[in-house]
Amino acid sequence: MHNSSESIRSSEPTQEFLTFTLGQEEYAIDILRVQEIRGYDQVTAIANSPAFIKGVINLRGAIVPIIDLRIKFNLAAVTYDQFTVVIILNVLKRIIGVVVDSVSDVIALDGEAIKPPPEFGSTFNTEYLMGLASVEERMLILVDIEKLMSSDELTLIDHSNT
Amino acid sequence: MNFGMNQFLGVFFEEAEEHLTSLENLLLTLDLQEPDPEALNGIFRAAHSIKGSSGMFGFEEMTGVTHVLETLLDQIRSGQIRLQVEMIDVFLEARDVLSQLLDNYRAERPPVDVPVAAVSQRLQALIERYSPNNQATPTEQAYGLFDDESPAAADQSEEAYGLFDDEVSQPAVATEQDDKDAAYGFFDTPPQPQGETEPSPTVATQPMAVAKPGPKTTPVGTEAESSSIRVSVERIDSLINQVGELVITQAMLAQLTSALDPGEHERIFQALNQLDHNTRELQEAVMSIRMLPISFIFNRFPRVVRDTANKLGKQVELILRGEHTELDKGVIEKLTDPLTHIVRNSIDHGIETPAERLAAGKPERGTVRMSAYHQGGRIVVEVSDDGKGLSRERILAKAKEKGIAVSDDMPDSEVWPLIFMPGFSTAETVTDLSGRGVGMDVVRRNITSIGGRIDINSAIGLGTHIAIRLPLTLAILDGMIVEVDKVHYVVPLTYIVESLQLKAEHLYSMSGSSSSVISVRNEYLPLLSLHSLLNLATEPPPAVGSIVLILEAEGNTFALQVDELVGQQQVVIKSLEQNFRRIDGITGATIMGDGSVALILDIDALPRLAGQGVANHA
Repeated sequence: MHNSSESIRSSEPTQEFLTFTLGQEEYAIDILRVQEIRGYDQVTAIANSPAFIKGVINLRGAIVPIIDLRIKFNLAAVTYDQFTVVIILNVLKRIIGVVVDSVSDVIALDGEAIKPPPEFGSTFNTEYLMGLASVEERMLILVDIEKLMSSDELTLIDHSNT
Repeated sequence: MNFGMNQFLGVFFEEAEEHLTSLENLLLTLDLQEPDPEALNGIFRAAHSIKGSSGMFGFEEMTGVTHVLETLLDQIRSGQIRLQVEMIDVFLEARDVLSQLLDNYRAERPPVDVPVAAVSQRLQALIERYSPNNQATPTEQAYGLFDDESPAAADQSEEAYGLFDDEVSQPAVATEQDDKDAAYGFFDTPPQPQGETEPSPTVATQPMAVAKPGPKTTPVGTEAESSSIRVSVERIDSLINQVGELVITQAMLAQLTSALDPGEHERIFQALNQLDHNTRELQEAVMSIRMLPISFIFNRFPRVVRDTANKLGKQVELILRGEHTELDKGVIEKLTDPLTHIVRNSIDHGIETPAERLAAGKPERGTVRMSAYHQGGRIVVEVSDDGKGLSRERILAKAKEKGIAVSDDMPDSEVWPLIFMPGFSTAETVTDLSGRGVGMDVVRRNITSIGGRIDINSAIGLGTHIAIRLPLTLAILDGMIVEVDKVHYVVPLTYIVESLQLKAEHLYSMSGSSSSVISVRNEYLPLLSLHSLLNLATEPPPAVGSIVLILEAEGNTFALQVDELVGQQQVVIKSLEQNFRRIDGITGATIMGDGSVALILDIDALPRLAGQGVANHA
């Protein structure tokens, strides 16, 4: 993973994205939402929760929920090994950890490189997609992580309470 | 200038509120026959300060009311008018109007429906009725500043402005004085121009002080003999959090080094001991920042008692004890409503009318006693009255009417808690004071929500005694760590009645349901299992031979089966909702010594989760 500070941010609509893989697909999320990346640690399971909510961890004193997108999106092989990575996100004034297969890169994309998403054909509901981009023959799926995390599907947020 | 004003506005609101509180307290403790001159001065100073600072912010209604108030107070203070009972009532009314005005200003609403004019007129009427010479020198007396004949009076009003220091401090209000002086630096302001016709030597010094460059900060610095500063609660909480982390880290270190040979690593162990000691002290020190004396809420009760008693035509004396007992700010805030309710209940339902009391051979004047003290790491707040006590018959009758299972030979200790059941009110007449829908059940819910317990005791003809046991702080909880399916959970100690190992003869299965009932000392309690309550993947081990906790929550007693008791421990409560959401059956989380997370069980919710109406057993 390259250091994100290498590229120069400007007022142009160039955005930096963190790319990660889930199964066969490569995804990208806005790097500014990423607080840190860490290995997968033991979690404390939370009762009465769907399977993709792995539980909570102690992140330097904060109780942080960990969700496994691979379980949520029914990807075949869900393993936890030394390569399993947790992306700690800072979205909606919350800290949320997301388990992914691996984190690959930080890339800069300008507005033109991002194509609108197709209507269907992705693991994600297109509602949560910002678009698609091709980088070196690979296709990246740009996810609006904030929207995804606040979706009712993930039940991460108690909408009645907030 | 304007940029700073908003900032000072906040300080003004807080200060004005404090002044109003001290004004009220002084008024209520004032001896009508021989008013303490210090108290009168204190009342005058409070009104005077509010007038000064409200004028500065252009809150004209407030300045207007305080002006008349101050005029009258000054004449009382200087002995020109004798204090009358009706004045206290009007003063209290004025205080309420000021407090309403303050709320309006704070909400940036125009204070349209506040009876400003009415109360000003009543104050003015008092001046005109009692003042011997109000025709002669009205303006001079209005300020007290120009009153050459009474130099003492002039001194005091200056002091209220904070320009001069405690050299002339009054012992009775010395502690408050410290506070005021520093705070007043912000609001130093010459007296209101209206009515100020003749120049006066005293006034001349004030513009000088105000004209100093940066008068807003320097007075605080120079006059800061005050020993307190205002800090936002968030900052303190973040400090407490950090220290919590430190404690956990320290526990981790202790665990990691426990494998080392103490002989070989003597110095490490010494250092760790030192660290242990230091963190403990640091934690205590930091926790104490959030602590407030309970007088914070107790102080409002003289007024509550006075108003309630007046309304009901009863005579009640309030005795406060242990006002200096300190409690967490969060606990204090949540205690105000329940206590108010209990005290009102005591006066409304407990204390009899003077005639009834005399007939019963008691003094005409009833007594409500409120006290607070430490007991075994907890705070106990008690409210007792010498009224007629709870009526066992009425409670039982009401319980039967409500369909609650009771028997006439139940011990008192089981009868009294019935009044905490929802919808339970034995009041013969619903008054606008008590029966307003907030019953004792809400009181108990509020108390348990802050980890407290409420107990009630009563003797007919002698009175009722209510004891509330509270944790010292909301941030830490005494918990029993239990293990279920290899996961640790915390059960708040306050709910646990006992724990025991189930024997076969305890256990009864209920036909037609998978749940069981256990019999403990002739009481049948439903047996709940965390495995099913929390939808754990595994099946619970057989009940016989397992450990159960007998828990009592909101009037329900039930048994909870766990795999193992790990131990008793104080835990730091962390919010789950901060980054996640509410989970049914869980109130929060905590971090254990090894850095792992353990969930704190919501015992109140467990019977509901069990999906069955657990028999009401008080």
